[in-house]
Amino acid sequence: MGTATAGALFVASLILALALVHRPLGDHMYRVYTTTRHLAAERLIYRLLGVNADAEQRWSAYARGVLAFSVVSILFLYGLQRLQDKLFLSLGMDPVPDHVAWNTAVSFVTNTNWQAYSGESTMGHLTQMAGLAVQNFVSAAVGMAVAMALVRGFARNRTDNLGNFWVDLVRGTVRILLPIAFVGALVLVAGGLVQNFAAPQEIATLTGGAQSVTGGPVASQEVIKELGTNGGGFYNVNSAHPFENATSWTNWFEIFLILVLPFSLPRTFGRMVGQKRQGNAVLAVMAVLALASVTLTNVFELTGNATVPQAVGAAMEGKEVRFGVANSATFGAATTLTSTGAVDSFHDSYTPLGGMMVMFNMMLGEVAPGGVGAGLYGMLVLAVITVFVAGLMVGRTPEYLGKRIGAREIKLASLYFLVTPILVLTGTALAMGNADGLAGMLNTGPHGFSEVLYAFTSASNNNGSAFGGLTVNTPWYDTALGLCMALGRFLPIIFVLALAGSLARQAPVPESAGTLPTHRPQFVGMVVGVTLILIALTFLPALALGPLAEGLS
Amino acid sequence: MQRLPAWIRGHLAALRALLVLTVLLGAAYPLVVTGAAQAVFNDKANGSLIEKDGRAVGSALIGQRFTDAEGIPVGKYFQSRPSAAGDGYDPTSTSASNLGPEDVVDTLPASGEEGRQSLLTQVCARSKAAGELEGVSGGRPYCTGDGVGAVLKVFPAVGTPTRVVSVNQACPAVPFVAAYQGVGVECGKPGEDYAAGRTVPVRGNATAVLPADAVTASGSGLDPHISLAYAELQAPRVARERGLALPRVRELIGEHTTGRALGFMGEPAVNVLELNLALDGTIG
Repeated sequence: MGTATAGALFVASLILALALVHRPLGDHMYRVYTTTRHLAAERLIYRLLGVNADAEQRWSAYARGVLAFSVVSILFLYGLQRLQDKLFLSLGMDPVPDHVAWNTAVSFVTNTNWQAYSGESTMGHLTQMAGLAVQNFVSAAVGMAVAMALVRGFARNRTDNLGNFWVDLVRGTVRILLPIAFVGALVLVAGGLVQNFAAPQEIATLTGGAQSVTGGPVASQEVIKELGTNGGGFYNVNSAHPFENATSWTNWFEIFLILVLPFSLPRTFGRMVGQKRQGNAVLAVMAVLALASVTLTNVFELTGNATVPQAVGAAMEGKEVRFGVANSATFGAATTLTSTGAVDSFHDSYTPLGGMMVMFNMMLGEVAPGGVGAGLYGMLVLAVITVFVAGLMVGRTPEYLGKRIGAREIKLASLYFLVTPILVLTGTALAMGNADGLAGMLNTGPHGFSEVLYAFTSASNNNGSAFGGLTVNTPWYDTALGLCMALGRFLPIIFVLALAGSLARQAPVPESAGTLPTHRPQFVGMVVGVTLILIALTFLPALALGPLAEGLS
Repeated sequence: MQRLPAWIRGHLAALRALLVLTVLLGAAYPLVVTGAAQAVFNDKANGSLIEKDGRAVGSALIGQRFTDAEGIPVGKYFQSRPSAAGDGYDPTSTSASNLGPEDVVDTLPASGEEGRQSLLTQVCARSKAAGELEGVSGGRPYCTGDGVGAVLKVFPAVGTPTRVVSVNQACPAVPFVAAYQGVGVECGKPGEDYAAGRTVPVRGNATAVLPADAVTASGSGLDPHISLAYAELQAPRVARERGLALPRVRELIGEHTTGRALGFMGEPAVNVLELNLALDGTIG
């Protein structure tokens, strides 16, 4: 079988698996977020938290919960890194430097998992499992909670109540993430991932050299890193490391984990608003964009159109033999279409156009299918913008799911959309205009610019993957990118929750002959079109200076 | 508790939530997974170590260098891919090269200053060295005969060329082409800045014998595998060095090749450490 055929079957098998799983899992999540029954374990947790689990919150209280939890998490994670040498399981590692610790704390709490450090030489086992891996779970649960609040905004009428943040957080963790992670971790160990608490073991190689074989609780962290679309690797080289991704089938399984929750949430959304077909339409938009992107990334990487890949005969620099070029490209597309940012091959060495695709995926705002929760609320905001654009064209007040999209709603949606482009473009411009920013580039010319553009795109969209050549563990980059991650996460969340509050208060608008149907292929096409046009208008000039200049010269 | 201001109460709930979830997700969960993994998949959970004479010699999943103390390939062993992890295959310093696909211009080493090899020159140099080791042609497209990137800088950047330099070939090397568009090609002078010129990589007419994985660094720097093509290419040398029959070596390659999972996932791959261990255990 040829490489291209095998690569296509690989993608097809992923599509098949996701098609089979997204309904039952989406239905399960619907029950999790709508039931009024608490599990006994959950009741115990609520008592420990001191919260009333049956009290609902208005949007501002919900947002305060999100922010308070995140602030506390950042401080805790910062402290854990700074004090790791005083605690156990540190493997003798020094305290993490202050700017790296700040950057890493923000990075993991915002579901970005940008890594300005090298795991195996910076973080002890305790920091990894009690700090970083915990945030892998809860930052994903926060994303889902915010998405559920927005969906309740559409589903509910004449109310201020959007649910209870603490309940959504705990249920998402205990009933969705934890069970899948436990089973998935054992599957990954069966594939060869390590799971122990050992320090590096010195061995003598066949030719008498020395090698340290590293250990750690890797599988338990790897699974949630993919499932929660986090992406922060236990080791520096992330999912390219054989102990994080041992075989070609663990590679398949990890891509599946990355995509499964984001592609299942539209089903949950459809169930919650009482119209499954609305969920299908959202799913269709995600699927169209994702399939196009995966295909193009595969084509660009397999064609290998650039000087070095032509000299080599394939774009194999930075890729593993067991995965090959095609499956690596599929992983690269999946990780940037979601907010994961894990890598099994190094994007900096991709062909110019392949590298542009992974960057473009993030610029889309990570909505196809996006991070867990974040992808769904991002896509719903785009749907709101689309009905607004369509409403302008025919001169009617736009509606979506029986809710009027008035001045307040469209302002919030626009603000949401504008946050990341402003952060990406301003951040890149500041870096290019300042000696500290320029000093970080490894490659020269357009490719060096791409490294910087990629970094700010990744941080602002909470992705976390990198054109790894850029030296980012400097105070300037740690601070700038840390700010981008924090603002890129929390400003949109506040706008989304405000939008949810505003929608929930409305009385439903009855459907009329003039209502734009939002479940038909026509609407799917419009959302795809609006998304692509908005992104192209925003980012084309920046892309032209980087990957396009490199690819076309 | 109720007398505290609301914003402090909110943060106390947040702190409690974080602590409770840390105990659950940061302690109980990894401990239970570790317990189960150690019980059911003991060997894999501990790194798939391979022992020889009762002593661990490596992990089946982590590649090794098969070079002597000076870094020279040991002829009786199959060689791994190039690696960017530390000094090569260092699990405490994993890394890819992160060099871009158009990284083709070197900085030549000048007096007192270290040079920098572009990715293209690294590929060409590896190709030349591996070709010499295996006794096959190390030539490939965009590479000069002396194993650097075949790249010209043309001045002025726009318009009719008046000066052309083969930038990766340090003087007194003979440029890989004598003339470009009627202009004589110079060798590169260390320390001179050629950034203003137009970069023209020259494909040439060489075809590569060595496969892609032989001349590129992997993503992890720990790639335990090589392609079947690279293993086949090394087989005659290994057979000769060990006094083994070539078919026997090929047979061992076959035994240590993993095909695509389910027939379509990934690419076929030869585990170098396992293959070399099997060779050590074979008596000619």
